[in-house]
Formats: sequence, structure tokens, C-alpha cells
Amino acid sequence: MYAHSSESLIKQAREIQESELQKFQSRLGKLLHGRELGHEAVDSLQRLHLILSATKYTRTLPPELHKRVKALLSSPAEQFQVLGSAVLRETLPPAGQEVNYNQENFLPLNSHAAALLLSQAGSRADLSSLCAQLLRSLESRQPEGPANSLMHTLPILNAVLTHSPECLTEDHVTLLSKRLVDWLRYASITQGGGAPSGGFFTGPRSRQPIPTAELDGTVSGDFFTVLCVGQGFTEDQWMNVYSFSMLRHWLLTYHSVSNGNNAADTDDRSEVDGSVVSMVSATSSSSRLLPPKERLREKAFQYCQRLIEQSDRKAHKKADTDLQKACLVEAVCILDCVCGEDASLVYRTFPCIKALFGRLSSDLSFARVLLPIAQFYLNHGEMAAVDCECVWKLVFGRFPAELFNNQFLAHELLRFLRLNLESLQLRVPQYSHSFPNLLKFLAWDSPAVVDDFVDLLPSLVTAGTAVELLHTLLDLPCLSATLVLQVRSTCLPISEPGGRGLLSLDAFRSQSLRGLFLFLLRGEAGSGDTIDRLSTLHELLAETADWPRVVQCAQTVPVLLHIFFNTVVAVADEKLLAHLVQVMLERSSLLLNVPKYKNEIYRVFSCHLLRLCKLHPSLVVDESHELLEFAGATAKVYSKEEIYTHVVWVLGEYLSVSCDSRCSVSLITSCFETLEAVLFEITSSAPPPGADCPVPRVVTSLMSALAKLASRSHDLIPRVSLFLSKLRTVTRGGSVAWCSDEEDLVAIVTRGEELWSLLKAPGVAQSVLTPPPLVTTPQWHRDTNVAMPLRLRALTNLTHAQ
Amino acid sequence: MVRCFLIHTVCPVGALGSGESRVLYSRVFGPDEGVWTDQDRELSPQERRLLQKEKTTAVARQVRSAVSLSREASGRMLVETVPGEEALALQEADGGVVRLRAGDPFSEEMSALWLGVQSLGFTLVCEPHENLLLAEGTLRNLTRHCLETLHMLGQGSEVLLRSNRVDALLSRLLPHGQLLFLNHRFAQSLEKEVASYLAK
Repeated sequence: MYAHSSESLIKQAREIQESELQKFQSRLGKLLHGRELGHEAVDSLQRLHLILSATKYTRTLPPELHKRVKALLSSPAEQFQVLGSAVLRETLPPAGQEVNYNQENFLPLNSHAAALLLSQAGSRADLSSLCAQLLRSLESRQPEGPANSLMHTLPILNAVLTHSPECLTEDHVTLLSKRLVDWLRYASITQGGGAPSGGFFTGPRSRQPIPTAELDGTVSGDFFTVLCVGQGFTEDQWMNVYSFSMLRHWLLTYHSVSNGNNAADTDDRSEVDGSVVSMVSATSSSSRLLPPKERLREKAFQYCQRLIEQSDRKAHKKADTDLQKACLVEAVCILDCVCGEDASLVYRTFPCIKALFGRLSSDLSFARVLLPIAQFYLNHGEMAAVDCECVWKLVFGRFPAELFNNQFLAHELLRFLRLNLESLQLRVPQYSHSFPNLLKFLAWDSPAVVDDFVDLLPSLVTAGTAVELLHTLLDLPCLSATLVLQVRSTCLPISEPGGRGLLSLDAFRSQSLRGLFLFLLRGEAGSGDTIDRLSTLHELLAETADWPRVVQCAQTVPVLLHIFFNTVVAVADEKLLAHLVQVMLERSSLLLNVPKYKNEIYRVFSCHLLRLCKLHPSLVVDESHELLEFAGATAKVYSKEEIYTHVVWVLGEYLSVSCDSRCSVSLITSCFETLEAVLFEITSSAPPPGADCPVPRVVTSLMSALAKLASRSHDLIPRVSLFLSKLRTVTRGGSVAWCSDEEDLVAIVTRGEELWSLLKAPGVAQSVLTPPPLVTTPQWHRDTNVAMPLRLRALTNLTHAQ
Repeated sequence: MVRCFLIHTVCPVGALGSGESRVLYSRVFGPDEGVWTDQDRELSPQERRLLQKEKTTAVARQVRSAVSLSREASGRMLVETVPGEEALALQEADGGVVRLRAGDPFSEEMSALWLGVQSLGFTLVCEPHENLLLAEGTLRNLTRHCLETLHMLGQGSEVLLRSNRVDALLSRLLPHGQLLFLNHRFAQSLEKEVASYLAK
């Protein structure tokens, strides 16, 4: 599809020589000078466009050529309008030829010329002028004028509204509101001009006016909407389509509650506005009971109700069925908007919305329509005292469980959650328990939605569910594999021909093992933190560890864990944190064996173990049993040295009376003995077969930890000193079996010597290795000796004139 | 409102680094973002244009990455189609949405809907409150038209040399970035206009 020829074209366009370009441009200028512009002109203009757009640096045209191209904008042939606009959009006008937006030389303005003006507007003032011009042409247009000249007005105005609503003055807004009402509610209900359906009718007089039809073929009984069809369309029916297409945006911009007083931009008022307003009010009928804004709201309301009713009809074409769904979404959103503006409309609207929900809730193909309905319920349900339980069951229950692989639904549902987080946490009690279901979106398509979960995860971390959430996050790759199996299970036949059956798929389908998978697929939290036979599950899923979906999912888990831990410290008490430490230690040997996954998790665990213990040093005493059990397993030195090092470090650092008064001498001694045993073992023999030498950092951490513990319980000092001096002796003999690198060995021995000499003076050792909090968290301004000079200095600086 | 429509590569391109995407067609709608963002007020028009080009390239890059990850995950084989099989190519196309965070690269959050047809991606960058159902349908329609009128399933490079056709198509189906609620009759009428334009 994408060929080498395209690459070379672009290269040529970028690297064209200046002389060649000038020749080309003068040739083009001559071509454009001629009366009849043909294929050669088209091709040349197209090439010029390619030359200009192929580079991100702006090239300007010679002034003559620029003028010629600009003249194309008013060419009768649309192709030249298009090309002229395209070329000029890729360049900047030469000095002296900039567009003056205040001049009234834009009429008649075709769509392509307008696009150019829009793209090159340099300021809000320019846009205001453009809008004023457009509205003027809208008002002063002859009834028999070309139909097309009206149609692009609304899209352009909509484009300006996106960021500069104040580009339209209040009068403009009023004017347009009235026109929108006319187009939306009072468009003609007979089929428009264009080719008559039968060939026998020769003149307009003999043609009977045929009413428009609904999508299922029946004759329209009510006003015209986008869901009405005809052989041809009148101009106001086209404007009906354009009006509805921008209606929501219009309402959001000018009708939002906070936007009550839309202060007119006095700088942009031109004299013409006054006359436009008076013209409108002079011709308007006095049967209007409501001001324009409210009238538009009422008509929008009616339009949406009609659309909802029309969407129930069975359309003949698939494109129309899709349109009906899109119209439902739009209609519900607009109703949501107008109800937000005028609360009295809620009572009129709710029955309709409720009926729509009832109609659609059992059909999952309408899931994306049900989301705006859920938004409506969330915004107005409380006021109308409606029970929203059934809605939440869908949004948090069926949708994630059954439609996790629908990318668009995932995007919209997660966006809905992000935008309404506060309300949902208040009004939907099951929100914080719905994470097993919500995480299915992430497990299926991590790259697309991880961004959303970065925003959502903090809201799902509560004290009651934190442990289960941690387990669930760690098993996300398993969930990912399970979802793949679930999808395959429904698609593939029971037994694959050829016998290349998947062990995991068989397990998924087997009755006895199904329970394991069903736990992962659960919809709500609360039925247990995790399962006992997790290791069995991991074995069954071992072959899935290289599936792309599983690998992608595994890559997102560390990020989410960081967010989890950062959030949980704010909501957890010490007991919960202790439990989490326990979970970290347990799970470090219970992870699905995806390449690199385990190491990443260990890194996260290490980081947060440190943080938690620093915040709450007494955690170490609370979990001393588990930590010692972990630290005492020599095998962990070889397989999990990152996390092992950190466990040893926290033991050494925080197992002291100054951190927790419950820390007894016997506890320190038993810890000492555990670590000492491990250190002996790893430094007395070669590593077990298959394992590398222990990382030097592990050895030095063990040594430091032992020294720290010894400094707190001085009877242990001789034991450490003995070991350290023995170490020095042994290593003097040359290389050792447990350390392959000479430099590492030197570093270890040096550290050993430092500790040994430190421990010769126990009092010093204690203050260095177990510094009092005063030292580690200095607050110099509170120290009586240090504070005085600081205060004097501060006062002096303040009082001295600078 | 749709901010821009892009046609870009989603396959590796020799001249570019891996992960980069070549933008073959880009159309940005509406006034330049720099007109109202305070930080960009200081920029000259040339710098604004440069910034805009950089932004579209950034979007293309992100979509390319999303497409390759999505294809990798689904493990589906890419079906090679030839000219004449546009409907099949569209059916086999994979699609999705990329969330573009505020600031990356547009000043506000955007949703980039994409359709990957073999080695090319078709992307529609919408404001997130936009009706994404309608946007998805519009994107499919636009893609189908582009594949047909530009013979994109062949080996040619018409998308570069016939960009005016895409412009004309967009001016009808997505005028100035406005998504339109078109039932099949309105759509037919517009398509007839486009067809008569192309016939010239």
C-alpha cells in the first residue's frame, strides 16, 4: 500500500533546488494567467501543494504567484477553489498581502475560501470579524441565491465557538438562536427539489408535493428531523441537518448555567449589528412567548424527544440503524444539557429516558447508547428520586464483564468514570468494590487504557479492599490470559483438529479447575483476597506467559503498583500496612513467570517496603516474624536479591528500641542469628548449581545489618568482629568460590574492615550505626545551641536596608 | 468538532526511525490553537505553522504505536488486499481510540479515533465530548471513499498527488470539521456531488 515511490516523491519535494522551484513557479504563474485552466494547471498546483506541505518550514510564494493563486478562490470551477485554498493554507502571504479581516471584501464566500480565512486568522478580533461577515451574509442573502453558500456558515461558526465563544456578540447569539429554531422545528415537511422520482413529470407545477418519510418507509407525521428521508431535500431541510449537528455544542457554549451573562465584546461591535437586530425584531412575529434562548431550549427538547421516538423504528439500511444509535446518544446528551439548565424539564424528560433505558438495557449492542443515559441518571436521578440501581448494575457489572474487548466502549466508559469520579464515589456504593470488573478493560487492552487507570486507580484504593486490590493487581497478567482463554473458548470448537490443544484452554474448560479461573473472572470484590491454589493457577497459565496481550499487561503492572502504594499510605492504618508488607513478602514467590515481570515487581516492592518502614518504623517489629522468615531463606539470596537486600536493610535499620519500644534484646539476638547463618552459608561455599554468585550488595548489606544489630546489643559485637576478621584472612588467600570479581571482593573486604574498626568502640558504633532521630531529622532551629545564631542572622537580614 | 484528519503510515518506513510515522495527508480544521493559547501568543505565523506540523506528527506517532501494539496483541495476520477489494479491506481493518492527554500534543484533552488498513492509518482527532459513535461512522465512511477514489490498495502514490480529492470529500462529509448526522439519503446526495467533482 505504501510504496517506495511515495517516499521518493516526498524527498524530491523537500529537496527541490531553488532554481528549479523558481522555474516551476514562473511556469505555473504563466499557466494561471491564461483564460482556460486545464489539467496541466491542476497537476502543477497539486505539485506546488506537495512542495509546500512536504516540509514543516514555511516556504512563501513570489507575490505575483500568490496573487494569482488567491484569485483562484473565486474561480467558478470548484477544483481550483479547492487547490487554491489548499496551496494558500500551506504558505503565508508575502509582506503587504496579508488579509485584512476588517475589510468587507469577502462576499460571496465559498466554503474553501472560508477555510483559508479560518486557518489564517491571527487573533480573536479576526475571528469576530469573520463571524460578523458570515452572519451578515446569512441575513442579507437573496432567497433565490445559490443554496450552497449558506451551508458552510454553521460549521464555520461552530469551529470558532470551540474556543472563542465571545467572538459572537449577544445580538449574534440571539439572531442565530432564532434561525436555529426556524431550521430545527419549522423545516418543510415535503420532499425537496432535485430530480423528480418519476420521469413523467416535466414541470414543477405538475409535481405533487410528497411528504417526507420515516426510516421504515412510513409517511412522516411530524416535523422534519435528521431521521427523515426524501428523494431530494430543500435548503431548510439541509439547514435542519447542519443545525442539529451543531446543536449540542451551541447549547453547551451559550446555555451552560455558569455562562449566564455573556458579556458583549464591545470592541467587536460594528455598526451593522444594530441594524441587523432591528431588522429581525421588526419582522418577528409577536406570538413568541419565550425569549430566544429559552425558545431554542424548548425546541431542542422537542426535537430530541422526536428523535428518540423515531429511533424505535426499524430502518431499512444498516447505515441508518447506525445513525439512529448516534442520534440516541446525541439526543440524550442534549436532554441532559437542557435539564441541567432548566430543572423543571427533568420531570418531563425522565419518563422518556426511563422508557428508553427499559427498551435498550437488555441489548448489549446498545451499550454505547446506555452510557449517556447513565450520565443522565447520575446528573438528575437524585432530583427525580429515581432508583438508579439497575443502571449501575449494567455499567459496573455487565459492560466490563462482557464487553471488555470493545475498545470504543472501554474508552467511553472509563471517560465517564473519570469525569464523574466524585459523584460516583458518593452515589454508587458498589463503586469501590467493582475493581475486579473494571480491571478487565486493562487486562485486555493495556496500552489503550492504562492512561485512564492511572487516573482512576487512586479512587479504587480503600482501606477495606486494599489487600484484595493488591492481589488483583499482581495477578493482572493471569486475568489477561484468562480473558484470552475465555474469548478463545467461545470461538474455537471443543477439540482442535490436529491435537495442538492448549493446556491452559483445557484447564479453563475443565470442571475441576474452573473455580480458579472463575475467581479471577469475578465481578465484585469482597469474596476473598485471593485463592489458596494460586501456584496451581500459575502453573496452568505458564504457557501463556509469552502471549502478547499478557506481556503488554505485565508491563503496566509496576506503574499501577506505584500508584497503589502511594495512595494507600494515605488511607491505611498501621495494621493494614503491616498486612500489605506481609502480602509483598508472600507474593514475591507467587508471580506468573512472565519475562522481566518478576524483577520489575521486586523493584517496586523494594522501593515501597523501604518507604513504608521509613514512615512507620514499628512495622518492622510488627512483621518481624515474617521478615525474619524471609531473610532466613538462603535461596532468596540467589533468586530475589533485590528484595532480599531491602528486607535485610530494613531489619538492620529499624529493629531497635529507639524505633519501637517493644523491640527486645531477644528479638535482636534472634534476628542477628538468622542473618549470621545466611551470611556464613553464602560466604563459605560456592553458590548452588545453576545460580550465580551472590551480588556483592547482598553480602555488604548483611554485614552492615549485623553490625547495626550488634551495636545495639553489645554482647553480639565479638561474634561480628570474629567473622569480619576471618573474612579478611580468607580473602587474603586469593579468590573465593562465592565471588568471581576481584574488585567486588576488595569492596566487600573494605566494608568489612570499616565495620570491624567501628565496632572496636561500641559507643561510637552505636551512635553511627543507630543515630538518634535528632541526627537523622535535623531541626536546627529548635536546637538551643544552634538556633541563636540562626535567629540573629535572620533578624539582621530583615532589619538591614537592602 | 474534529480538530484534524490524518492519513499516515503505520508500517515501518525505511527513511524514518522505528516508531516514526510519515504523514501523507493532514487537514487541520478551524483556527490555529495558538490564537487563544496564552503561551503561543508570542509565536510568529511561521512558528505557529511549524508547531502545528509537529503536533500532527506527534499524533501520527502515537497512533502508529497504538496500532502496532493492538495488532501485536490481537495476533491477527494482515490480509493483503488488492484494488477492487476495498470493502474487504475496510472490514478487516482494526480500529481503536487513543486518549491524547491535555498538553500532549494539543492544549486540551482529545480523542484520536483510528482505523488501520494494512500499512496506512486514518485518524480523526476529536474533542472528547464529541459524539464518538458518529465520529466512528464518519471515519469509516471517509476511509472507504479515500481507499476507492485514491486507489490506495494499489502501489501508487496518489494520495500525495491527488490531495484535492480528499479536500473535496472532506468539504462535503466533514465541512470545517463538523460531524454531520447524515441518513443514507443525505449521504447519497453528498456522495453524488463528490462523484461529479471527481469526474472532472
